[in-house]
Amino acid sequence: MRRPVGAALLTAPLLLFLLVTFVAPIGAFLWRGVTDDEVRPVLPRTVVALASWNGTGTPGEEAFAALVEDLRAARSGDRGAIPRAAARLNADRPGFRGLLPMTARRVEAPFEGSARAAVLAISAEWGQPETWGAIARAGGPMSSFHVLAALDLRRDATGAVRQAPEDTRVFRTVLLRSLWISLLVTAVCLALGWPLAWLIATSRGLAATLLLAAVMLPFWISLVVRTAAWMVLLQREGIVNAALQAGGIIETPLPLLMNRFAVVLGMVHILLPFMVLPLVAAFRGLDPRLPRAAASLGAAPWRVFLRVTLPLSLPGVGAGCILVFIQALGFYVTPALLGGPNDQMLAWFVGFYATRSVNWGLAAALSIVLLVAVGLCVALYGRLAGFRRPGAA
Amino acid sequence: MARGILWALGVLVAVFLVAPIVAILPLSFSAGSFLFYPLPGLSLRWYEDFFASPFWLPAFWNSMGIGTAAAALATLLGTPAAFGLWRMTGAFRAVAMGVVLAPMVVPVIVVAVALLLAFGPLGLVATHTGLVIAHAMLGVPFVVVTVLASLEAFDPVQLRAAAACGAGPMRAFFRVCLPQIAPGVAAGAVFAFATSLDEVVVALFVAGPAQRTLPRQMFSGLNDQISLTTTAAAAMLVVMSVLLLLAVAWLQARGRRRLSG
Repeated sequence: MRRPVGAALLTAPLLLFLLVTFVAPIGAFLWRGVTDDEVRPVLPRTVVALASWNGTGTPGEEAFAALVEDLRAARSGDRGAIPRAAARLNADRPGFRGLLPMTARRVEAPFEGSARAAVLAISAEWGQPETWGAIARAGGPMSSFHVLAALDLRRDATGAVRQAPEDTRVFRTVLLRSLWISLLVTAVCLALGWPLAWLIATSRGLAATLLLAAVMLPFWISLVVRTAAWMVLLQREGIVNAALQAGGIIETPLPLLMNRFAVVLGMVHILLPFMVLPLVAAFRGLDPRLPRAAASLGAAPWRVFLRVTLPLSLPGVGAGCILVFIQALGFYVTPALLGGPNDQMLAWFVGFYATRSVNWGLAAALSIVLLVAVGLCVALYGRLAGFRRPGAA
Repeated sequence: MARGILWALGVLVAVFLVAPIVAILPLSFSAGSFLFYPLPGLSLRWYEDFFASPFWLPAFWNSMGIGTAAAALATLLGTPAAFGLWRMTGAFRAVAMGVVLAPMVVPVIVVAVALLLAFGPLGLVATHTGLVIAHAMLGVPFVVVTVLASLEAFDPVQLRAAAACGAGPMRAFFRVCLPQIAPGVAAGAVFAFATSLDEVVVALFVAGPAQRTLPRQMFSGLNDQISLTTTAAAAMLVVMSVLLLLAVAWLQARGRRRLSG
């Protein structure tokens, strides 16, 4: 059988390319969300010593001695290791960024007596169970710290999962906001897309072509250009405000940009074609004789719609909704340009933690949350639309 | 009556889709320097500004170069893969198809950040090569889907006929299959080019100052004061998009004729 082997060989270069440029990078990135490898190389003995600690009170002398030994070894090794570990621990327990290097400096000189007394003399912080808990949690190699943090949860020193302190809770709000904006955009797209799709599916000739062109044209035009168009239109001195003022509807310009309204408007404009096209396909697939048959049997128009047209077009409607919702969830550019600080979605925080605050673990954990949400939708899409042979898609 | 309301609604939505784009295009021909109507006069000064600008002109050439290279790479990898997938059945095909289509589904921010992390040690951050590879990866699913669609209409019996006449599989593909699906392959390449031309998030994270593409520059142009040169850049991107749309429409019509005729 040469043919299947030949066919597999033809796909091999592409699959290899995607493995190297897509699967492996994303895998390596997401891996950072479930692992911890910054603290263990710096404090290997401490991590081992803490393994048997139950998280209450301060750990025993052997943990303090291990800490001293680790810090002395780290001081003589890689210069960047201690700040890296300190930055990671600081993400768990603020204060570590200074505490760890300071302790490392102070324990370098030999001292008499117990390591416990010496370290506690450097900072009372070392008497707190949570200080040691932070090290134990960051010991790796596998870690739930980042994923829990992405859901505003954390473990205490004993390992129990608790809510993060009220003033540091952000990500659940961001997740709910992302879901809410996406849901709102999907609903508006459905409401606006339905009549347009119905018209395109049921009319003939020039009108149908023109309407379809009105959907296809924005579909092709760059997302940044379409976002830019809204920025120009909605500016304080922009065309919309000027028109409203000229019409005497408002006296002072409305703040139309940098808010939720602008984000939803821009996203609806960008995603509407993704709703209209599946709807058109669904409506065209309807057998026109069925509503007519229902009507001839005496059903009122609303009844025909509810009992015949709507159920028959529901798979297409579901497919369009999920298509829009998935894409909306991952939006980055439009909220970044049209929204204010309180309108940014998950994607923005992924970018923020990856570049500006270089917290790859949290960026990866947020990506995992985003991908899980998208994955659930894709699975739902698969059930609704069915994964047909993709050539037909 | 009901039909009338439907028409009114549908046309309003169509206007909503097109109007914002149409509304900003004339601004780029303004003789003044403000973003509103009526225009004080017509001029090409913002286009002159665009083509003289060290901010915009390199970005234009970057977009063209990176788009072309990414489209070529995506087509070179995607066309044989589509042919292979078309001949395949079973579980391997399903898995391969999933991998090939995944870049369409995974949020592009995840791709961008993952590539930033992976390209770092490889020295590919802020290089043309890196951006071309990334854009080719994003464009590949479009090539595969388009080529597969045109293969649906191709009769595989012809390949057996070619084999019976003594042609090897390679020769049969290049002499019998490829000429018939060529419009589909070209349409796939156009899709891949359009994907690169449209892409901004990966360019934001992976590109350096020397690789900035048009949409990337527009993004930073929009974060500052919007100038009329930005609208000129937007207008040029719109014209390019329309040309690409027409190219695909033409290629698809041609492909249908060729395969049915």
